[in-house]
Amino acid sequence: MGAEEKAHHAVCPGKKHNLEEIREKLASEDGPRYWRSLEELAGDPAFQEQVKREFPRGASEWLEGFSRRGFLQLMGASLALAGLTSCTKQPLEPIVPYVKQPEEMVPGRPLFFATAMEMGGHARPLLVESHMGRPTKVEGNPDHPASLGGSDIFSQASVLELYDPDRSPAVAYQGEIRSYAAFLGAMQSQLAAQRLAQGAGLRFLTRTVVSPTLGDQLKTALQVFPKAKWHQYEAANRDNARAGAMMAFGEPLETQYRLAEADVILSLDADFLYPTFPGAVRYARDWASRRRPESSRAMSRLYVAETTYTATGGKADHRLPLRQMELEQFARAVAQGVGVNAAGATAKGMAGTWLPALVKDLQQHKGNCVVIPGEYQPPVMHALAHAMNAALGNVGRTVFYTEAVAANPVDQNQSVSELVEDMKAGQVQVLVILGGNPVYDTPAELGFGLIMKEKVPLRVHHGLYQDETAQFCQWHINAAHYLEAWGDTRAYDGTATIVQPLIAPLYNGKTDTEVLAIFTGQGETKAYDIVRAYWQRQLQKQAPATPAARGKGKAAPPPAVDFEGFWRPAVHDGFISGTAFQPRQAQLKSIDFGPGPQGSPPALEINFRPDPSVFDGRFSNNAWLQELPKPVNKLTWDNGLLVGVETARQMGLKVNDVVELKIGNRTQQAAVWVQAGQPANVVTGFLGYGRRFAGRTGTGFGFDLYRIRTMKEPWSTAVEMRKTGDTYLLASTQGQQSMDTQLGTRDLVISATASEYGKDPGIILRHHETPAKDETLYYNYEYKSYAWGMSIDLSACVGCNACILACQSENNIAVVGKDQVNKGRHMHWIRVDTYYEGDRDNPKAYFQPVPCMQCENAPCEYVCPVGATVHSSEGLNDMVYNRCVGTRYCSNNCPYKVRRFNFMLWQDWNTPQFKMMRNPEVSVRSRGVMEKCTYCVQRITQARIDSEREDRKVREADLLTACQQACPADAIVFGDLNNAENRVSKLKSTARNYGLLADLNTRPRTTYLAAINNPNPELPAPAEQN
Amino acid sequence: MEQKDRVEEISVRHGRPPVMAPGYTFATITDKISSIVLTRPVSLGWLMGVGFASLWAFILLFAVSYLFYQGVGIWGVNIPIGWGFAIVSFVWWVGIGHAGTLISAILLLLRQSWRNSINRFAEAMTLFAVACAGMFPILHLGRPWLAYWLFPYPNTMNVWPQFRSPLVWDVFAVSTYFTVSALFWYQGLIPDLATLRDRAVNRYARTIYGFLAMGWRGSARHWKRYHTAYLLLAGLATPLVLSVHTVVSFDFTIAVVPGWHSTIFPPFFVAGAIYSGFAMVLILAIPIRHFYGLEDFVTIRHLENSGMIMLATGLIVAYGYIMEPFMAWLGGNKYDLYQFWDRAHGPYWWVFLSLITMNVVIPQLLWIPKMRRKPGWLFLISLDVLIGMWIERFVIVVISLHRDFLTSSWGMYYPTRWDWFTLLGTVGFFFMCMLLFLRVLPMISIFELRELLPEAEVKVES
Repeated sequence: MGAEEKAHHAVCPGKKHNLEEIREKLASEDGPRYWRSLEELAGDPAFQEQVKREFPRGASEWLEGFSRRGFLQLMGASLALAGLTSCTKQPLEPIVPYVKQPEEMVPGRPLFFATAMEMGGHARPLLVESHMGRPTKVEGNPDHPASLGGSDIFSQASVLELYDPDRSPAVAYQGEIRSYAAFLGAMQSQLAAQRLAQGAGLRFLTRTVVSPTLGDQLKTALQVFPKAKWHQYEAANRDNARAGAMMAFGEPLETQYRLAEADVILSLDADFLYPTFPGAVRYARDWASRRRPESSRAMSRLYVAETTYTATGGKADHRLPLRQMELEQFARAVAQGVGVNAAGATAKGMAGTWLPALVKDLQQHKGNCVVIPGEYQPPVMHALAHAMNAALGNVGRTVFYTEAVAANPVDQNQSVSELVEDMKAGQVQVLVILGGNPVYDTPAELGFGLIMKEKVPLRVHHGLYQDETAQFCQWHINAAHYLEAWGDTRAYDGTATIVQPLIAPLYNGKTDTEVLAIFTGQGETKAYDIVRAYWQRQLQKQAPATPAARGKGKAAPPPAVDFEGFWRPAVHDGFISGTAFQPRQAQLKSIDFGPGPQGSPPALEINFRPDPSVFDGRFSNNAWLQELPKPVNKLTWDNGLLVGVETARQMGLKVNDVVELKIGNRTQQAAVWVQAGQPANVVTGFLGYGRRFAGRTGTGFGFDLYRIRTMKEPWSTAVEMRKTGDTYLLASTQGQQSMDTQLGTRDLVISATASEYGKDPGIILRHHETPAKDETLYYNYEYKSYAWGMSIDLSACVGCNACILACQSENNIAVVGKDQVNKGRHMHWIRVDTYYEGDRDNPKAYFQPVPCMQCENAPCEYVCPVGATVHSSEGLNDMVYNRCVGTRYCSNNCPYKVRRFNFMLWQDWNTPQFKMMRNPEVSVRSRGVMEKCTYCVQRITQARIDSEREDRKVREADLLTACQQACPADAIVFGDLNNAENRVSKLKSTARNYGLLADLNTRPRTTYLAAINNPNPELPAPAEQN
Repeated sequence: MEQKDRVEEISVRHGRPPVMAPGYTFATITDKISSIVLTRPVSLGWLMGVGFASLWAFILLFAVSYLFYQGVGIWGVNIPIGWGFAIVSFVWWVGIGHAGTLISAILLLLRQSWRNSINRFAEAMTLFAVACAGMFPILHLGRPWLAYWLFPYPNTMNVWPQFRSPLVWDVFAVSTYFTVSALFWYQGLIPDLATLRDRAVNRYARTIYGFLAMGWRGSARHWKRYHTAYLLLAGLATPLVLSVHTVVSFDFTIAVVPGWHSTIFPPFFVAGAIYSGFAMVLILAIPIRHFYGLEDFVTIRHLENSGMIMLATGLIVAYGYIMEPFMAWLGGNKYDLYQFWDRAHGPYWWVFLSLITMNVVIPQLLWIPKMRRKPGWLFLISLDVLIGMWIERFVIVVISLHRDFLTSSWGMYYPTRWDWFTLLGTVGFFFMCMLLFLRVLPMISIFELRELLPEAEVKVES
């Protein structure tokens, strides 16, 4: 044994190496040039293994089933690799901050940038809060007509999407990381071949393209490759609305409503107050403005005939649950009533009772009523609505037609079917999928994934996640999130918006315009240049659109030359003023409505709807949306199959029962949720669940109904249902949805009809006995400076949940997961309680947002043994997290149960992305600590500091709570009660104002304005309808 | 067996059984009791008992370790039911302790001589029960390592507890109770420790007992001062019997929760505490007198008296059960009314039904004198009462919380395995302590038993 070998043995006893072999390896060319130890040289498998393991365990074998905890450990170890927390980068190109722009960024003070988020074929205009270059909070753009400051759950949750650690971090080829340059290189040869064939084998598949730039680029690409084709597909597409417009007008016009002008609204299955509906944020504002009895204008009346219980249905003065066929017959009957010649009209039962009163109401409000068809109703329903609106003289008053918002509206179901046909025929050599997840969200009957994999030689996927489609494609290009990307888009009214990034792409993601630039001959161009070039061309082409006038009254800047003068205000304001589409004079064709539904309806039918939270599945990995209680039924994390009470009884089904659904020869299981107000013999299934490659948050929850959905009848079809005997636990955040107890009803939501309230406003307070102010053993606080208070209008609240997510984002509220939701441990500081009233087959729903009441006589305060919850001089029940020891006594004693407890460590303290995401103004709570709504005390403090610097009091406009700011319906008003001039003080002095459980002498600072309904006196009251 | 028969015979003859069987002298009493500690060999049964109890104590340790590692989320508590097994068990254990103090202090002041043979282990029971109870308020905290914040200790932040909170009162009540109980128990032990010191053969035992006996020589002066101090401590302990559970009941009455907010709670809780405490005394006394042959000292008289106290306090508790819904009805508060309706008809109806059965119906058997005199039956009834009183606290804590004001926030409580491990673990810990106590200290007060002999009667000349 040589000395060398002996020395080695001293280090690694028990290891023997053949010195000769090592020398040989060193000498030969095969051996590694740089070796780290003798083991490596010897090619010792154990050492090779160790080299692999030098990097955190699991890094080399990323598996879908990786646990969250495991991931956290990994991410903790990989901090240096990620390198994200230390240096955030703003995009290189100049972006323009919004209001109160300082000369330089003031550390600790946020900046606001206008941008927009695109979803489902239209954009949501936004104002995004940025802390030191990190976007942390999304608000609606108050200057934009489509928002007016309100926002919705999807845009609120998009912050989490940006920082989602599961987002695709790199360009990949066959699952292995590649550079973008490698992709460009690989595409060169392909493009050369395609150029020869004029692009005959080239196909683009996009979602609905709204971006003018992208639309323009695609057209250019089709000029470069004349035989290439561009297909569009979204699962929740607007084909029916388009086809309906084609039927009625011969062109794909967009319909817009002016609900502020509507006295009578008839919704035919349209959930127009919920943000999956285009323009819902604005519609909610307009609708709510007509639901306040204090307003000088008369209250509007809302009739909803629908096939499943929606948030809009809950707000209806009269709601009519019908099956699809009955709904169409009913619509035809109404159409006949208002003078539209449509055959096949039938209205039986309750619909029959409705019909004369409804028709009369519509007739009496000619020009001031509106009929809104549901997005998922067949084209003929849209055509009927167009005809009815025309017959009622609403067009030009409450209904407007404009050109389509989408760049190139097509029949998407047909478009994707054609693509599949082409793929089957082997005509597709290169398929570029820009956004979208067709392998998952096309109906299984198409067989998109397998056909694509077998028949298309080169498949490119561009997306935020390595999703199901990415698994089937060789190339995956990681997309830039909209908060990282330059772009443009249009709101529902056509207003063009420049999308500006707030942060440089976290993972060097590419925008769709950048990927497409390869095909338009632009090569590797930055999105910024692409978008600017497009608008520069537009400006030159037409008379320039006036940018949102900074200097009002000044002459418009000279055309063409002053592009910066156009660009800067446009980016700053978040929209290009004057680009809203002008109303079009639409000529109604003579429409053939056909004979109407014939025969008898199927024994059981199913409605497919995009999920209210995860939409078509694109938000599956967004834990905020997953844990958001869906409107009305308050389910989280799953898509329960909604079955009516009577139908469930007949079929012997209970909540959590698993059934097998069968359409054609395809079957799929689903878990039953018994839903009050669901029409008989109709089940509703929500799309977007059962994801297989969503990421760690979204994979595996719920049931994939795309497997049984068909192209022919995508929204409603006959189904066979069979009980399997299995159960699947669904997690709802609200166990009891009735105010009734066996010993009488509790006055939690107080409601009255408009006529009752008009006759006797005292009717509201008659429900309550509020103790006198001196009825307490403790002294009464005096509030000398401010007395913060909140008023929530139950008439206006549309139950859209925007407040919940706004609060979650503002206050760094943790997500707990389905198991913990089931145990009653969800953490939302504001919740929207939903109560049914009346008949279980068609109850009225009331939405009641419940934040902390900030009681003046707070039951939580005096029971805390350590003084962790204390009364502030401004009347807040302050929560001192550092002092809390976690007895939970305060929560027990809180009559409103608004306190939330960290039963375990819910917060993710390690993932670097989440560190960037959080609001730096709000403490991140750890395990064992109680937390609750603070009225956004950080915002109050900021406003107070600002006002003190200017030696004045806080003004009403200085300060909005997160829930208030997000509320599209303007139902939440917050302010100083010591100032009688404030809106909140005035609202609290109305006769509609009442305190929840005020009889307990808690003296809540948050009070409610009673829900006022406006039923048609000619119809039986909702509760007595059946 | 012979002795037992004799006791039975006497009891029949005199109507009431004696406090102690006849035929004992100072020496025989001392011999009999001290031999258990000093000379009796360790039996297999005792070893198995200690082993089994320790096993559960270790499970407790395991459950608590996991609890500290994960947080209270491992339990079934949630929003709205913020308090679960921990607080239920806390109240239960504190209550059990009360019988010991009642026997040692109140019955001493009332000159109930029969207490002399059971007070020692009843006091030990108090001490161990309060130790078990004391664990729970700390374990149930979200951040148990900060439990000391409930004490008013001087600190640089100048932050004090929030004195309006009943939980702070609890801290004082329970810690005072533990201190006084421990002092009282220890003082009572001193003359007996001296006896053990004098009789111990083992050097180590002699040293330890000698150290603990604090130089007791049994002089007349010692005895005089001893009795004065003992009476004083008894006087101190007496109000505690009433105050501790009153304060514990404030945890509930002070709150606005329907089902908690009730003025009947203080006396109701005290009665319930004594009820369950005597049940525990019987559960301990009956096997002890059987296995250690102490039927002469712990006679049927003791069992019968305990049974009678159980019957009396049980009736007070039953009265409370009647008054609660009656007051809710009289007051007309809809939340209170619903609370009592829900107890009987809600999802926990079966819990309420077992409560009434176990705490009200079954204990009525104690009206029958024969039942009171049959140790087997008494043991079963005591077990029933003990479980029943635990259920009562479950009803108060959990059922009240699960449906309060807003119907939207109603919930359900399901205990997890960790809840059970912790509860049963404290039971194991309790019995482990008790069994160890039996072997290292005289379980019956030797000197006080000797005072019962006619020889101890001293004629006081007035």
